[in-house]
Amino acid sequence: MKMITAIIKPFKLDEVREALSGIGVQGITVTEVKGFGRQKGHTELYRGAEYVVDFLPKVRIDAAVDESIVDRVIEAIEASARTGKIGDGKIFVMSIEQVVRIRTGETGKDAL
Amino acid sequence: MLKKFIASLALGVAALGYSGAAFSQAASAPAAEAAPAAAAPATIPAAATPAAAASAAPTPVPNKGDTAWMTVATALVILMTIPGLALFYGGLVRSKNMLSVLMQVMMVFCLIFVLWVVYGYSLAFTASNPFFGTLDKLFLKGMTPDSVAATFSKGVYLPEFTYVAFQGTFAAITTCLIVGAFAERMKFSAVLLFSVLWFTFAYIPISHMVWYWDGPDAITSEKTLETVTAAAGFMWAKGALDFAGGTVVHINAAIAGLVGAFLIGKRVGYGKESMAPHNLPMTMIGASLLWVGWFGFNAGSNLEANGSAALAFLNTTVATAVAALAWSAGEALMRGKASMLGAASGAVAGLVAITPACGYVGIGGGIVIGLAAGLLCLWGVNGLKRLLGADDSLDVFGVHGVGGITGALLTGVFAAPSLGGVGIYNYVTNKGGEWSGIGTQLWIQAQGVFWTIVISGVVAFVAYKIVDLTIGLRVSEEEEREGLDITSHGETAYGK
Repeated sequence: MKMITAIIKPFKLDEVREALSGIGVQGITVTEVKGFGRQKGHTELYRGAEYVVDFLPKVRIDAAVDESIVDRVIEAIEASARTGKIGDGKIFVMSIEQVVRIRTGETGKDAL
Repeated sequence: MLKKFIASLALGVAALGYSGAAFSQAASAPAAEAAPAAAAPATIPAAATPAAAASAAPTPVPNKGDTAWMTVATALVILMTIPGLALFYGGLVRSKNMLSVLMQVMMVFCLIFVLWVVYGYSLAFTASNPFFGTLDKLFLKGMTPDSVAATFSKGVYLPEFTYVAFQGTFAAITTCLIVGAFAERMKFSAVLLFSVLWFTFAYIPISHMVWYWDGPDAITSEKTLETVTAAAGFMWAKGALDFAGGTVVHINAAIAGLVGAFLIGKRVGYGKESMAPHNLPMTMIGASLLWVGWFGFNAGSNLEANGSAALAFLNTTVATAVAALAWSAGEALMRGKASMLGAASGAVAGLVAITPACGYVGIGGGIVIGLAAGLLCLWGVNGLKRLLGADDSLDVFGVHGVGGITGALLTGVFAAPSLGGVGIYNYVTNKGGEWSGIGTQLWIQAQGVFWTIVISGVVAFVAYKIVDLTIGLRVSEEEEREGLDITSHGETAYGK
């Protein structure tokens, strides 16, 4: 079992969600985050006070999936989230030790 | 306990100070009501003039149209403070301090308005000396619904209660303006105590000095003009022109704010951490309410509903619009973008600058004043602010100080009939349009500006020191970091 975490541009969320549904991913968790990589921030100006804001708003998607579909998930996210410009984001893949479905108590792959 | 004792002690000392000085002078000219010039109005003590109660003519009846307008104008000025100024300031601070700003503005408004009817009106608008009046009208003693106050036209009156209320809103909003300078770090109790002290020893004298006179009915000849001038406020007697309070309100508050910003020190993290406004839509709402309310402030200062009020109204629209455009243009040239905050600030700057001028200058003058204010105040919150080095949180001096000084001085220029102004009204010949020269008037205006700065600055300094030594001015660093809403008022603005 793997946890796939993707940081993407916020306006790409709907596209990515649809792409994931298309390959059979049943559920995802979405968080609004902020961060930066190579994409520069912006400057805000309030009367005489200038603020450089490094952080940009991003969206984080977490999806717990079976190993067998990891590559297809990565491909789907990449394709739907890409714009070709700096700041498109990153995908991280991590191992999951245990998964539990709270309603039924199922564990492991049955809980994905 | 100690705080309450100190506060009541301060109030008691103030009352003693004023009454002591007042009783040491014989009551001279009749008080500000416009009773027929020959007889003294019934409200002053009988010892002052003979047969005080026996007026030669029946009590004058106020004009209903003027009274209706002034009632509305008063309500508009209240709107300027709550919620206009409250929201304008509130949106500019960080969310953790929003309620503290709203609270300070609302409470100072309430406090000062009450003190106004208790002793403020009496000390500001009765006759005694060029700097303050008497306590003859303490708690508005002797005033009834039939009491009248003078306007700027002979034989035209307002109910005195209306005049009291209108002037009270000015006293309150002036004191409220100051809180912007030390926002986000001052103790709530300190704000209240300072406000009482400054209102009593700076606002009251300055409003008396600039606006007190016996009224036009008392002027029938050169001799009576001399009498009235001798009994009038210090700056009024010099001939300073301040239609709605460029000196009394804006420069006055701005200096008190600047002194406060210096004395209380910079906010923790100033220059390093983000102190960006948390809700600029609120600031824009506040600025808009200020603009609409300002029609009551400026046009209402005419005290009658006539062409002069109409001129003040028009100038208040035009100068403000020009100032907002000028600030935005300046900002776009300087920084590449015109901001909403800049437009709102520019509008306020224009409103401030046109305040002393609105009933005196023509539209051309109004446009120039707006242009000057928009650009000079833009510098005021940028270059000048850096030069001064104080953390004037909400740019009270940059906008109200620079704008007030600009407007006060330019009034002396554009009131000139040759530049489209109305000139000065002669109550002896009963004709307007007199003018002794721009240089002369400019010098008089400069003196008004100067004395306002000195009195306000000195009183503010002493008042802050007294407050600091008794209560302490500033909250602790932890309280400042956590936010005044939760630490001073036990609540959060947005429930987080």
